[in-house]
Formats: sequence, C-alpha cells, structure tokens
Amino acid sequence: MMASSYSAKEEDGHHPGASGAGGAAANGRKPDNTAFKQQRLPAWQPILTAGTVLPAFFAIGLIFIPIGIGLYVTSNNIKEFEIDYTGTDTSSPCFSCYQNFSWNSTLPCKCSLPFSLDQPFESNVFMYYGLSNFYQNHRRYVKSRDDSHLNGNLYSLTHPSKECEPYAHRDNVPVAPCGAIANSMFNDTMELFFVHPNETRSQIPLKRKGIAWWTDKHVKFRNPGGNGDNLTAAFQGTTYPVNWHKPVYELDADPENNGFINEDFIVWMRTAALPTFRKLYRIIEKKSSMTPTLPSGNYTLEVTYNYPVHSFDGRKRMILSTISWMGGKNPFLGIAYITVGSVCFFLGVVLLLIHHKYGNRSSSPDIAS
Amino acid sequence: MKWTNPLALFRRKERESEDTVRTVVSNLLYEHLKKKEQPNRQYKGNAVKTTKYTPWSFLIVNLWEQFHRVANIYFLGIVILNFIPVMNAFHPGVAIIPLCVILALTAIKDAWEDIRRFQTDRKLNNLPCLIYSRKTKSFEEKHWKDLHVGDFVKVLSNEVIPADILLLHTSDPNGVCHIETANLDGETNLKQRKVVPGFFNPNSPFEPRHFRGAVVCEKPNSDLNHFKGYIEKDDQNKTGFGVESLLLRGSTARNTDESAGIVVYAGHETKSMLNNSGPRYKRSKLERMMNSDVILCVLLLFGLCLVGAIGHSIWLETFQSIPQYFIPDNNGQYTSSILAGFYMFFTMIILLQVLIPISLYVSIELVKMGQVFFITQDIDLYDEKQDTRIQCRSFNITEDLGQIQYVFSDKTGTLTENKMVFRRCSVRGTEFSHAENAVRLAVLSETESEEEFILFQQQHKASPLFPDDQTESRRQSTRANVSRSRVTVTKPSDRAFSSPLETDVAPDQKLQQVLRGASLAEDESGYYLDFFLALAICNTVVVSKAPAHRRKAEERPSNSKKQMTNDLPDVFSGEDMTNICTDQGVVTPNPGQTQKTQLGCLVHYESQSPDEAALVHAAKAYGFTLAERTPDQVAVRLPSGQMLSFQVLDILAFDAKRKRMSVLVRHPHSREIVMYTKGADSAIMDLLEQPLLEKQVKCNTQQQLDQYARDGLRTLCFAKRILSQKEYEDWSKKRQEAISAIDQREQLLMDTTVFLETKFTLLGATGIEDRLQENVPETIQALREAGIQVWVLTGDKPETAVNIAYSCKLLDHRDLLFTLNAHNKAMCNSTLNNHLEEVKRYGPPERSEEIGLVIDGRTLGLVMDEDLRSKFVELCKHCRSVLCCRVTPLQKSEVVKLVRDKLGVMTLSIGDGANDVNMIRAADVGVGISGQEGMQAVMASDFAISRFKHLSKLLLVHGHWCYNRLSNMIVYFFYKNLAYVNLLFCYQFFCGFSGTAMIDHWIMIFFNLFFTSAPPIMFGIMDKTLSAETLLCMPVLYKSGQHSEGYKRRTFWIAMLDAFYQSLVCFFIPYWTYQGSDIDIFTFGTPINTASFFTITLHLAIEIQSWTVVHWVIMLGSVLVYFIMTLVFSALCVSCNPPANPYWIMQQQMNDPVFYLVCILTVAVALLPRYIVHALRGTNAESLHLWARKVDRLAPPERQQWIREWKSLWHPSVSGQTGRPTPPLSSDPISLEPDSPFSDRRL
Repeated sequence: MMASSYSAKEEDGHHPGASGAGGAAANGRKPDNTAFKQQRLPAWQPILTAGTVLPAFFAIGLIFIPIGIGLYVTSNNIKEFEIDYTGTDTSSPCFSCYQNFSWNSTLPCKCSLPFSLDQPFESNVFMYYGLSNFYQNHRRYVKSRDDSHLNGNLYSLTHPSKECEPYAHRDNVPVAPCGAIANSMFNDTMELFFVHPNETRSQIPLKRKGIAWWTDKHVKFRNPGGNGDNLTAAFQGTTYPVNWHKPVYELDADPENNGFINEDFIVWMRTAALPTFRKLYRIIEKKSSMTPTLPSGNYTLEVTYNYPVHSFDGRKRMILSTISWMGGKNPFLGIAYITVGSVCFFLGVVLLLIHHKYGNRSSSPDIAS
Repeated sequence: MKWTNPLALFRRKERESEDTVRTVVSNLLYEHLKKKEQPNRQYKGNAVKTTKYTPWSFLIVNLWEQFHRVANIYFLGIVILNFIPVMNAFHPGVAIIPLCVILALTAIKDAWEDIRRFQTDRKLNNLPCLIYSRKTKSFEEKHWKDLHVGDFVKVLSNEVIPADILLLHTSDPNGVCHIETANLDGETNLKQRKVVPGFFNPNSPFEPRHFRGAVVCEKPNSDLNHFKGYIEKDDQNKTGFGVESLLLRGSTARNTDESAGIVVYAGHETKSMLNNSGPRYKRSKLERMMNSDVILCVLLLFGLCLVGAIGHSIWLETFQSIPQYFIPDNNGQYTSSILAGFYMFFTMIILLQVLIPISLYVSIELVKMGQVFFITQDIDLYDEKQDTRIQCRSFNITEDLGQIQYVFSDKTGTLTENKMVFRRCSVRGTEFSHAENAVRLAVLSETESEEEFILFQQQHKASPLFPDDQTESRRQSTRANVSRSRVTVTKPSDRAFSSPLETDVAPDQKLQQVLRGASLAEDESGYYLDFFLALAICNTVVVSKAPAHRRKAEERPSNSKKQMTNDLPDVFSGEDMTNICTDQGVVTPNPGQTQKTQLGCLVHYESQSPDEAALVHAAKAYGFTLAERTPDQVAVRLPSGQMLSFQVLDILAFDAKRKRMSVLVRHPHSREIVMYTKGADSAIMDLLEQPLLEKQVKCNTQQQLDQYARDGLRTLCFAKRILSQKEYEDWSKKRQEAISAIDQREQLLMDTTVFLETKFTLLGATGIEDRLQENVPETIQALREAGIQVWVLTGDKPETAVNIAYSCKLLDHRDLLFTLNAHNKAMCNSTLNNHLEEVKRYGPPERSEEIGLVIDGRTLGLVMDEDLRSKFVELCKHCRSVLCCRVTPLQKSEVVKLVRDKLGVMTLSIGDGANDVNMIRAADVGVGISGQEGMQAVMASDFAISRFKHLSKLLLVHGHWCYNRLSNMIVYFFYKNLAYVNLLFCYQFFCGFSGTAMIDHWIMIFFNLFFTSAPPIMFGIMDKTLSAETLLCMPVLYKSGQHSEGYKRRTFWIAMLDAFYQSLVCFFIPYWTYQGSDIDIFTFGTPINTASFFTITLHLAIEIQSWTVVHWVIMLGSVLVYFIMTLVFSALCVSCNPPANPYWIMQQQMNDPVFYLVCILTVAVALLPRYIVHALRGTNAESLHLWARKVDRLAPPERQQWIREWKSLWHPSVSGQTGRPTPPLSSDPISLEPDSPFSDRRL
C-alpha cells in the first residue's frame, strides 16, 4: 500500500479511506460482478467415494494385467547368456591374467573361455561387456570430462577444461581425450568363436559400428578439424591418457570410427547410472532368415585381458542377448504390472463391498446427483 | 525508512537537542541572507520523499534489506559452498540462479512499489501554492516543495493545505477559517480554526512584512489534536495559541475565501506525515506454525546429510586399494575417508537444499496477494452507500481470518449505526415519551426490513422491489411484532436513507403544549426553554450554510429522493425533500426572517459526534434552531421567530475523564453568564446544588434515566449554572494563565474546568437511540455458531450495554447472567470465587453456553491485577458472552491482550472509533469499520469493512477459504520438496554417497521454477472446498480452522510420510526396471523425474476440490510446459552446461515404450494409498465437512432443503450425533428464521 496518507486525487470528494487495493475505477468502486472475480466459476467438484473410484480400480486392473502378461512373455522370449570372466577363481582360465595385472604391462594377457548355448539365438544378438562395482556415477568421476573438447573444439583440445584435472595434462602436454572417464576406458577385447562339432573354430563376425547413439556419434562427439583422414595431424600437440597404450587416433583403422567418434569410446563416455552395468560392445547381425544368428552349441570367448578390476572388487562379464521392443531381458516390469493390476482389481472388489455396505447407508446427497 | 546521510542526522540531532521548543521567525527578514545563515535553515523543507531508494542506491540498499531475511542468508550460504571446489555439487554458476531469481523477483516488486511512491511524492511536491515573496510584495504561485518553515502562505477555498500553517489571517469577518480533515482522519465535518488572538484584523489585507515576532511552539509530533505555543513579539508580549489556530497539511480549506499564515512545520515534520506509519507487518499463526516445521525440515536435512557423510566415509573404507574411478587431487593425493566424509556433508547440503523450500516464501506472498485480490473484489463486502470495498491493509494475515476464536467488538458504531436518533426526554423530572416519533420510526424501519433474508434470497437480489405475495406476507408478520423488533430490524444496504428522515423528530404533543404555554418569564417553564437552549447550544456543531460544493452532500439528497419515490410510495406518498422542508417550516413559522431561504432546507449541521447532531435536530423540531455558530457567538432562533445571539465566553470541551462538556454564554437579554453542561449522569448528578426541591427532580430524573438505559438508549444529562460577573472574571483570569502555560498546561486547564463545573441546576435528560446495524443479530449468531466467542467492550452504561446485547442476540433471556461489580479487591475476589463455584456446578466449559458475564470498568481494573487474572480468565472460559461496560480504550486493549496471552487464542478486534485503536492493535486481527467516527480505527486496522454484517462473510467464507487454501498449499509444498529431494537421496545409496544427481541441474531448477510452481499457487488462490452459500448457512464448518485442522503437526507428518513413500516408489520402480542394463545417469533420471513430476502434479489433482477452467488450464499447461521445455532444452543443449549433458536424452526416452510403461506404473503405485484413503474417507467419513461438500454439489433448492433438515436435527437437546439427516424427509420447510440456535458443541 502506498504510504502517503492522501493524494491530490482524493481532493475531489473521494472518500479517502476507501482506496481499495484493487485500484478502483474513477467513479464507483463497485467490484465487477463477474464469475471469476466473485469466485463463482462453474466448477467440477469431484468427491472421492468408494462408488466413484470403483471404475478406476477395475479399469486399472483390467488394463494393467494384460500389459503385464505381455511384458512378461516378451521378457521371457528374450534369450540372454552371461559369462563371468573376471578370473578370481583359481580354476578360471583368466586367473593368471587377474593375478598378474599391471596397467603398464605391454604384453597382452589372453585367456579363452569355453561356453555352450543350449538354445539358438534367432535374431540380432547384442554382445555386452558388464562391470560390477564400478562406480561410473561417482560425482567427481562423472564431471571429469570436457564436452567441448570432445565436440572437436580446437581450442579446448589444447586447453582442456579444469574439470579434467588431474587428467588434463601429462608432462604439461594436454591430454586428448582428457578426464578420468576417458582415462579409465574399458580396454579388454573380446572375440567369439563357434566351435563346430568337429572341433574346428570359426570366428563369428562382430559389428563394431552402430553401437552408440546416433546423436552422440554425429552431434555430440566430433574429431578436431572435422572427421578428416589425417587424425594424427589433428591431434598434434596432445598426448594420450596415462592408462592408455595408444593414442586416440589409433583406436580403429576405420576413419569413420576413429578418434573421438570411435563408438567404443562414445559408449564408455556415456556414464552408467548404476555401479553394476553393462555396455554394448558388438552386434552380431543375423545373416539370413534361415539360420539362427547363434546356433546352439559350443563357443569360445577369447579375451585380451587388459582391464583391472581387483582394486574395487569388481567383476567382468560378457553378455549375449537378443533384444525386443522393450529392450533387454527384465521380468520385473511384467511382474510389477501383473501385481499392481491384481491388487487394484482386488481393491476394486473390496471397494465394491464397502460401497454396498456403507455407500447407501449414509443416504448422502450424492444419490441425488 | 529514509536513506539520509548519517552525518547530517547526527548534526541535526545535536542542534535540536539544545532546546525543547522550536522557534520560527519570518523568512522575509532574512531573504537576502545566504542559505547557510538563515535562522530557519535547520528545519526541513516541504518536499517529501517517501521512497526508500534512489536509482543508484537501489541495488545495494535493496540487497542489504533482502539479506536481512534468514532464508536468503541460508541460500546465499549454499551458493558460497558451491564455489568451494571440493564440495560443489553443481556448477557454481548454475547454483546462483534460484537465489538470483528470488532476489530479482523481490527487487522488482520493491522497485515497483518505490516508483509508485516516487510518483505520488512528485505529484505532491509539484502541487501549486501561494508563497509570499518580498521582492514582488505579493503572493506568488510556486510549488509545495519550494515551501520552507517561516514562509508565509495563502490558501484559497477548497485548496489542500501544503504544510502545517499557523493561521494569522482570514478573509472571514469573524476571523475563522473552516477546514475539512477528511484526508487525515476521515472526519468529513467542517472544523473551525481561529486566527491567533490579536492578529486578526478584518479590515486590512494581510501584510507578512510587518510580522516581527517569533513563533515558539512544540517540537514536531504526531498528535493531530494537540498543539501549543506562543508568539513572542518584540516587546516580549506573549500570545498563546493552540491547535485551533493550526491548519494541518493535507486538510482542505472550506467556506473561507482566503486564509494565510506562517509555516511552522513542513514536509516530513508535519503532523500528517508523522502520522504515516506505513503498512504493518504481522506474522500469521499459520506462518508461525510453518516456521517451526521449516526448522524440522532443517533438522531432517541435517540428518540426511549426516547419513550421506557417514555413508561416504564407510563406502570409501570398503576399498582396499584405489579404483580407477577415484580422482586424486592435483598433487596425486587422495583425501582421507574422514575428510571426504566431512566435505560430503556440505555437498549433500547443496544437493538436498531444496528440502528447505526457497520458493515457499515467495509462493506464499504471491498466494496472499491473490487472496487479497479476491477478498477486495467481493461484491458482498462492498457498501453501496459509502462506495467502499473492503480494504486489506495487512497483506499477510489473510489466513488468520479463518482461525479466529474470540471476537472483541466495540458497541457504538460497530454493532450499531452510530446514527443517533432522538427518542425521549425528561425535563425537570417529567417524562415525554415521544410516542409519535416512535411510531414514525417503526413505520420507517418496517418498510426497510425486507432484505433480512439474504442468505436464502440471493437470486432475488436482482429485483429489489419484491412485488410478490411472499414478501407481502412477511411484511405482515414483521408488522405484527413491530414494537419488539424495531431495534433489530435491518436496513438494506442498497437503498440509502439519508439523514434528514432519521434525524427528524416528530415533536411530542404534550411537550409542545407545555412549550406553547411557556414564556421566558415564568419560572418553571423557563426550565423548558433552558433545556432546549442547552440542547441547541451546548455542543460543537457547526452550521454549514453552503454545502453544495461538497460532492457527498450533493449526492445524498438526490439519492434518497429517488429511492424514496421508488420504495415508499404507500408510506410516504408525496413526502419528498421539499415536503420535509415545509414540515419544518410549519414547526418553525418565521415568515419575516430574511434568512429563511438560507436556513430552510439547506441548513446542514456538521458535528463531530452524532449524539450532538441528534440533539440539535431535536431542538430544531421544537423550534429552537441553531442558526449560526462562530467562535464568539452562537445564534438560536426561538419558536417565536426571534433570534437570540449568545456571546460565547468559553467552551470547556468534552473529555473522557470528566465525561461532560460545558458552554459558557452571556445571555443577550439578561446579560447573565450562564453555563450549560451536558454529560453522563454520573458526571453531573453528584455535582448538583441540592435544595430540597431539587431532590425530587433528581430522583425522578434518575429513575427515568435508568429506564432509558434499560431500553437501550444512550442517556445524557443537562444542567445549567448561573455565574456572577465576579465569579466569571476571577475564573477567567486563572483560565488565561493556564492557557498560556507551556508546562503542565493540560493539568492546569483541567483544574480550572473542574473548578467551574459544580453547583448545577438539573434541567433534564435525553435518551438517544443508537439503532443496530442491519443483520447484526444474524451475524453474531452466525459467529456464535462458528464457535467464536463474542465479547462486547463498550464505554456505555451496563444497562444500555446489556439491552443492546439482548437485542443483538448476544445474550438470550434464558441465559444465566453474572455480574461482576466490586468496589475493592477483596470483594472482587470473593465474587469471582462465588461465580466460579456456581459455574463449575453448572457443568464443564464446553457445556456452559448459557452463561453471560457483565463486568464494569472499575471492576475490570481490579480484575486485571496479577493474582485475580487467572480466576477471571477461568470464569470467562465458561461464559458464552462477556460484556465489559464503561471501559477505557486502554482497558479494551488490556482485555484483548489478557485473553490472547492467557488463553492462547486467536483474537479479532472490531471497532470504528479512535477509542478502539488500542484494542485493534492489540488483537491478532484488527478490523476497522469505516463509519461515522473517522478513519483512525481504519488506519490502525488490518482489514477495514463498512458494516458489521460483513464480518460474517469475511470470517466464515473468506477466512475459511484463505486458511484452507494456504494451509493446504503449505503442506503441499513441504510434501513436494521432500518427495523430490528424497529421490536424490535414494540415488546416493547407488553412487557411493558421492553427491551425484541423476537429474540435470537445470531440469531440477526448471522443476521447481516452472513445472511445479504454478499449480500450487493457483491452488492456494483459487481452490474452493465449499461454496460461500454453504459456509454461510453452516457456520459450524468454521471450526475446522479454529482447531487448525488444515495444518497440524500430524498433517505435516502424514504429508512427509506420503512424500517419503511416493519418492521411494518413484525411485525404485525405475531402478528395478533398469537395473543391470546399459542405462546412463541422465537417461535413468529422466523417467524418475517424469514419474515424480506426474506424481506430484496428480497428487495435487487429488487434493483439488473444485476444478474450474483455470485449474484445468494451469494443470494441463504445466504438463505441456514440462514436456516442451524438457524437449527443447535437451535438443538445444549440446554442451551448454558442462560437464552435465542432457543432450537428446528426453527424445531418446520418449521413443522408448518402456519409459511410458515405467511412468504409468510408478504414478499409479505412488498415488494408490492416498487415493484409497481419500475414497474410504469419502465413503464412510463422519466429518461434517464432507457431508457439506456433498450437499454443496446439489442444486440450490435441494441444497437448502438438506441444510434445513440438518439444522433441525442440530438442536441443543440432541447430542453425540454427527448431525446428518438420514433419509430425505418429505418437504416440510422448516422456518427460515434462525430462531432455533443450534448448539455447536460437537464439532
């Protein structure tokens, strides 16, 4: 309100105390008799009673249960195979690699794990590597990256963001890609062999492109100076992260999948939400409609064991999975839908009883409405 | 607050402390001097500046003020924490944003207000005024701001006075000047101001150059009615003056062509500016409760942070060696787990800061603004006659209106009209009942009584004439018991009866005969003449001859004329304004008078108290017309047409201590000095001269006075005393000394006054009726049903007060009435004990509704004593209504404070006059009635209404709404913040308590700022649990607010538990869905955020009780805004806010069916419990509130029937029921008259 006790306007006979907060019109302070201002707008006044909520519960039940069944069946149709190759167990083929690990060893440690698939995998098979107890979501770890650097910004390439510290410079040379996420990139390699019944092995072709989001590959991540051929020159004046064995421009021979736009790198840079996660590694494409992508039988997984996990008690896994419209295998959603649907249906019945027992007794005016 | 240089302040203080008075000399003598050497230089100029800021100091000063709020400091602390690298949870720049938005919003609001003030200031400062200039030797037109103390100013008629001016000259031949102080105190009557004695020279024009004296007066103070000082001339002669010579800034000159004077106070030192205390800030009960819950939230926050910190330490300890995802500092060192835990505590505070709702305070302010808007827009609270809406002067206690438990009301002007009507009189012990007048008034009020039944007749409002039979029959019934109900009958608000009809008095036949036969010579009948002369003279009524220029006066007659011909064709056929005037002409036959035209119709009495006006009108009806009043003489026209001019020697004004006033006049014929006195009977009866004969008169009169009081009339006694010339001269000398004294002047004046006022001869007594305002009994009954205790605090006699209490249904004739009337403490104590005993026998406090208590001022003073207080309060708790009579303004506020503090209840004071100001200020909510007695009560109030009946809608409807809305909104805010924060907290268990947020920080800010802010604000402003009609018909519903049912500790904890449950659901359903998959942080956060958004929004949707189109627009709008903003943000932000990067995540998720499935499931599970609880409560609930909601949905006629049935069950004899009528009974409409006061003890 205005502090001044009077104003010139009031001289002409206005009642001085009557200056309503609404700022009245010149003559007549009568408020407008409109539905809005008089708070008489037509309104819907729902009252929740057993009677009125009944249909909602039955509807939820009737909708949720089929959805849940659909989800459950879909999830069950997904074939998934998982093999742990950490090598903590002495019997494991990778035990020696697990034992003798150091970041600096130049000799790759290889181990091969035999496994067999009981059922054929029909459609495209997605090959994942899985890590557990790896906190990619640690606050400071998540921040340790420089997006404009990864987006091919030439200035950022040589001047990595402060967020990347202490992985921004190595011996005063800027690191590309900088930061802890890049530095800790997963570097095991895996190859898959089908062991024919006659003991011969044939390597299964693994597609290494198409595993990252399209927008990541084409918008978010760019090589400095465009995706030209001469990546070596583009990354001139930078060095590779301390845990890496080779510079970023040697990640792949294919220039479309090299440097910052290397899809393995992009996938790794998309930090996992939970400490136990999987990341897409390769895709095994279905070749023909006649034969299954992975027929049942014996396989061998050849692992180049580079990535240490014993410091954090982690596990490493290789996962083969087919995919449906709802993603990977997860029965939870289906079960949850069925449960919630059933509970709602049951509550609906209970409410129906309550409604019959009490709903009419109160003789409330709602029967008249 | 003004932003003045502290140094200047110090200097001025030093100088002024040297003397206790202010000396002002004419500036004209020093005009040639430089500014620094002028004698008046240290006084402030007339330019006013009410702004807080200047353009360049705005930022700093405003920020400085804003950071006085604890909340802002808290958030500033969090922002600062964010700049410490080891602790920051977000990008530091982003963390500033919420605080900046809040500060900016507040700053914009402050700046806007300040600009408004600046504009008003500028307008005022540039108003023109006439200032005397030595150079041109004439008054020149300049601006207000050019005026200084010591300047000479001329004011023309109808001009606003620019500063406080000592009046030295007027064009009026009598040396007076009239001012209207409506702008200052709302009093619209004219006030006379006199030229300083000795300066008045009607024949010569004013010559400021000849003014040589020095004006010595008080320091500036805010008292509008007191001012004293003297002018010291060169020859050391002192001339005293008082407030009657001061023209106040802001008042308007009337009826005087020009007046001039010297400026004594200017600008901020004027009395009107010193009276400007600005808006008041109160904190409502709800907010006080809320603040304690905010503290609970702080504790909760600390708890969560502690869990985070300890969790982080423990998590770090689980690693034997250092994993590659740990990041060393720049030296390659890793912080120890203990230190990391310590840092984590602060990181967590930053992360979870939203738990303390920064937006809550801003939202509450917005909501209250909206609520105030709707209250002021209410057409039912608009008064047509005065053209006033309700004013909300305090913006921040709207919800207190919904929690009132005790109402303290003034009587006169609050419950009653304060339009006094002369009813009866007694002269020398002979009573004249004025039966004709009573009949006339009864007829008058009968025709007005039609609109009593507003509650059920809303739809009829459009046709004001009620041509149907129904009305006719009702009129019949009203007529039948007219004699009983005439006090209570009402007056419709939309037809204005102007004062002429009401103030006119039909003379009593007997009295008129007595008068006709009387002549001045005869002894006994001389008393009759004296009596009427006293009525006419002994007052301060001003006769205003040309009121036509004043708009109000102009409007009234035309208005009433039109109304009358419309509404009263049968009763007053042909009686319009001119007829009334000729009626008067018959009573006052004076064909020879030259002044007739002037005095006929247009004579207008302006009085400060309505009683005086009523008396003057009564005298006029008997032919004793007050014709003119100047400071020195008063002219009365006698029935014979003869004009008597009395010389006025002195007026001893009314004060509350003496309770009387006197006028000293010299009789024109006999040259006798006569003193006429009027006052309360107690103030006069003891001072009578008592010859034996007088004793009988006194006895009779006292009896009649008591009878008047029992009839609810206000009584006044009239007496006279004849002084000898000698007596007068002695006294006059003393008086003069007292007037010119500066020290203890009031005491000296009082002594001289009391010295003179004794040895009276009793003339007679009058009974004046103060009619009840319309709908007062109904309003009081409604408040009563709502569980509000109504107390009446009045200065009137106990008998009058009790009668008014009966007629406004505050007391019932079946009630047990206790009276506390004691002369000393011991007696008082024993009476209290007795009453307490009796009351306790009667039953527990809840059951004893039929007990009333009457206490008078003297006893109240005793009871206020420390050791009796608690007993008194205990007794009051048992009483349904308490009447305090003969209380002083200070006692009124003491009573309010006592009840407020001792019982810990919410109090409301309502009053209309200056004597109610203390009480209004003392209560939690002060309501002023803008009525006859000026604006002081309104100025002190939080809400100002124009009629008492508006109180019921203000409390029962708006109070109920505001309280429910705001409490629901606050609960919702706490819920919302916890629900959201707990999501982040849950995630900490899966990221090693490292303070990661799975939601982008910008989205989090948007979430609070845009996505979920509008719905609760709209909810707080517009949600409507019940319709106004239902709330008015069922006042019992108000009790939920009194018991703080909308917002209790329990409500708070239930909301918090629900929030906890919902956030667990919102986190864990997505968690289990995406567990072990290749999902990344923000992709995981998006369904959580979305599900949480829908849960929070739909939670509100469950709570919303009535959906209007605005609700739909805002709710759907919020959903749209959520999707649009998130989509746009994640499409545009490729690397705008490193290192967080939400690019394309929303789009990706919206292509995934699982996203929708997760969201639907989560929302369904999260809201299931609340939904079921609401449904179960709705099905089998016993609460009246729910029943009312069901009734509310019905069509009006059906609804009324249900409510009537409910009321019929709701009778005091029934107990222990919920009061719901079971089957719809056959339509046998129960009387609409609320004559069966149903008890309210069960809710």
